[in-house]
Amino acid sequence: MKTFRIGGIHPAENKLSATSPIKVAELPKIAVFPLAQHIGAPAKAIVQKGDKVKVGQMIAEANGFVSAHIFSSVSGTVLKIDNAIDASGYGKPAIYITVEGDEWLESIDRTPQLITIKDKPELTDKDIVEKVKNAGIVGMGGACFPCHVKLSPPPETKPEWVIINAAECEPYLTADHRLMLEHADEILVGVTLLMKAVNVNKGYVAIEKNKADAIKIMQEKASAYDNIEIVTLKTKYPQGGEKQLIDAVVSRQVPAPPALPVSVGAIIQNVGTAYAVYEAVMKNKPLIERIVTVTGKSLKSPSNFLTRLGTPMSQLIDACGGLPEDTGKIIGGGPMMGKALLSTEIPICKGSSGVLIMNEKEASRTEPQNCIRCGKCVDACPMGLEPYLLSDCSELKLWERVEKEDVTSCIECGSCQYTCPAYRPLLDYIRLGKTTVMGIIRSRNTK
Amino acid sequence: MIEVILITVAVLGTIGLVAALVLFIIAKLFTVKEDPRIAQVNELLPGANCGGCGFPGCSGMAVACVKAADEGSLEDLKCPAGGNECMKQIAALLGVEAKEHAAKVAVIRCNGTCENRPHVIKYDGALNCRIAHSTCQGETLCQYGCLGCGDCVSACSFGAIKMNTETGLPEVDYDKCGGCGSCAKSCPRNIIEIRLVDKDKTGMVVECVNKDKGAVAKKACLTACIGCGKCAQVCGSDAITIENNLAYIDAEKCTLCRACEEACPSASIIMLGKPRKEIKKNNATAKKADSNTNTVKEIKTTNVRPYSSPIKISFEAPLLPSQQYLLAGVVDLTPIAQATVSDNQQNSKTHSYDAPLLPSQQILLGK
Repeated sequence: MKTFRIGGIHPAENKLSATSPIKVAELPKIAVFPLAQHIGAPAKAIVQKGDKVKVGQMIAEANGFVSAHIFSSVSGTVLKIDNAIDASGYGKPAIYITVEGDEWLESIDRTPQLITIKDKPELTDKDIVEKVKNAGIVGMGGACFPCHVKLSPPPETKPEWVIINAAECEPYLTADHRLMLEHADEILVGVTLLMKAVNVNKGYVAIEKNKADAIKIMQEKASAYDNIEIVTLKTKYPQGGEKQLIDAVVSRQVPAPPALPVSVGAIIQNVGTAYAVYEAVMKNKPLIERIVTVTGKSLKSPSNFLTRLGTPMSQLIDACGGLPEDTGKIIGGGPMMGKALLSTEIPICKGSSGVLIMNEKEASRTEPQNCIRCGKCVDACPMGLEPYLLSDCSELKLWERVEKEDVTSCIECGSCQYTCPAYRPLLDYIRLGKTTVMGIIRSRNTK
Repeated sequence: MIEVILITVAVLGTIGLVAALVLFIIAKLFTVKEDPRIAQVNELLPGANCGGCGFPGCSGMAVACVKAADEGSLEDLKCPAGGNECMKQIAALLGVEAKEHAAKVAVIRCNGTCENRPHVIKYDGALNCRIAHSTCQGETLCQYGCLGCGDCVSACSFGAIKMNTETGLPEVDYDKCGGCGSCAKSCPRNIIEIRLVDKDKTGMVVECVNKDKGAVAKKACLTACIGCGKCAQVCGSDAITIENNLAYIDAEKCTLCRACEEACPSASIIMLGKPRKEIKKNNATAKKADSNTNTVKEIKTTNVRPYSSPIKISFEAPLLPSQQYLLAGVVDLTPIAQATVSDNQQNSKTHSYDAPLLPSQQILLGK
């Protein structure tokens, strides 16, 4: 079975919500849209207090090439443009909309009928990229990199494959899994659109072995497309990382940054992104909703929701039976790469793949002890780095050494910290070293 | 036998002589002539290599001093750690005049003690201010204030900053602080200011860096500057400016009249080295003061209470709904289910979630 070559771990899967079908979440009373929902420049608000908006109407436009439009997922009146605490833990500008009814823009096709690429033969690659850009689509896996940027590779590179990331290697999360079970046809049309957008004729959908039912359905449906192959991967974290996925599927290794995955010929997109691309191109529907897994061991009924963006997380948690009494932490995303959140009022954004409620016992950290030089972190690192060394050097502020040890290659997957028997906060310090070194490199380049 | 010894001694002796000669010649040829004064100046400098003078270390400063003395004056050079005393000694050694520099000290512009600034969440990541800063806005509702992890304490080479465990804030010993600035550089939130002070190392300081609107700032911290502008109104020397809802006192213009300290409704202006003004609790007076700035002088005589007594803060809207549950104190920990590994991954290890730490767990909800 295919997998990546170096390192990796296998945390307990805990896919509690895998059997729970996607439910449509209720509309919020007030929807909040942070202007910085993606990597790159924050969007610029184009509505003002008191404006009436409809579902699918643009409320903030991209501010530069690496940026994305933001659309209203509800109909109602703009309440205010004010700071709202988002997943970063800081108050940042956001648009508040009071929800009134559910009035959609007429241009959006809301029928469930499947439209394949054969129905629209006039679509060109440029049309697709333009539509993706105009729909504000970003990478739905969590990194939120604007999708149209990935679909416009530098001219000197030559894409050979589109690889759809359906590994969902994070424990607990099942959003992509349920999406594949319930919308396999749409995803496959989305893949053909992505392949057409970058002019390649081979597509892979990479799924981990633990989602056997999804693999079966996707294989059945993909038999109708001769250039899409479903690849079964061994269950291993962090297989959903771009570089690990390329290594696992096509056995090529991406050079160290600033090289992009496209330099070895691969364009990676999340399975959720493929679905969003289908909806944007074929149904004219901008990115206004996504699948969110709300899960946790103490939660009454872990579920998957089709949620409008801007819905506060507390509403989804209530729909799962309310916040458990022994809640220790609320994590936005999966347990490995997700971020602990300050408040349950944080809105669902384009990259919110899950909300994980950890109980107190799961959430508490153990007092770190001295490094015993066991080397487990080195074995686990999927990038072949030496986490104990990077962490120590960062703690001692030896930035030159940290840079020499290739800290910028770190993908912050957290495998090192997970395996550490001395409970050392390895990733905390590696992140510190990485951001510092990247700052040093930036200032050196601008000089 | 003796012959062997003699030959050995002779050969080794010759080799030694030749080598010594070569070394002697090379040493003469390549001598680096260093001004003896550099070593003497270096002796006078504190030797902490703090970098406050702008040179990489004390020896760099010594070279610069000698060079500047040869050019005529030591005016532009200053050792913040050694102060004017040290510069005078160097000037005397080098035979030039030293300029008196005004003293500067590090000032911590945050008074968000545990009492003044309620903690609503708990940070349990690595004890490092920069990591805490990148994780979230902090344990309190103030996203500008001190994080209390002590990066400034470890940055100080002179032991001038200590963490006060009661308040959770660092405190500067003004006798030891020379204002080298290494603590200010280490602070990710730019709370520490290297500030001009007068001879007694005192001056007026706005002890807050919160740029939020008054209501938001006040909710986060009792002594937050709300940007009301009363201090600027009473200031006779035009030293106070209000920008981004935050007052700033220009140390050069300030005459130390202390009118602003009395006018400040949230006690966020202090005089260094003097006891802090007590925080008012009488709401009626505070309201009166808000509506009419002329009553400022009355306020100081009205009901105040000692700074140290506990302040009760009511939170109308706690950040996390879970807090209410946690406050109740009855917590039943559900047993952690052991993870099972499916058959097709025989090589993989079994992990239970309570043992290893997950990287995302940086914030723990407050109690």
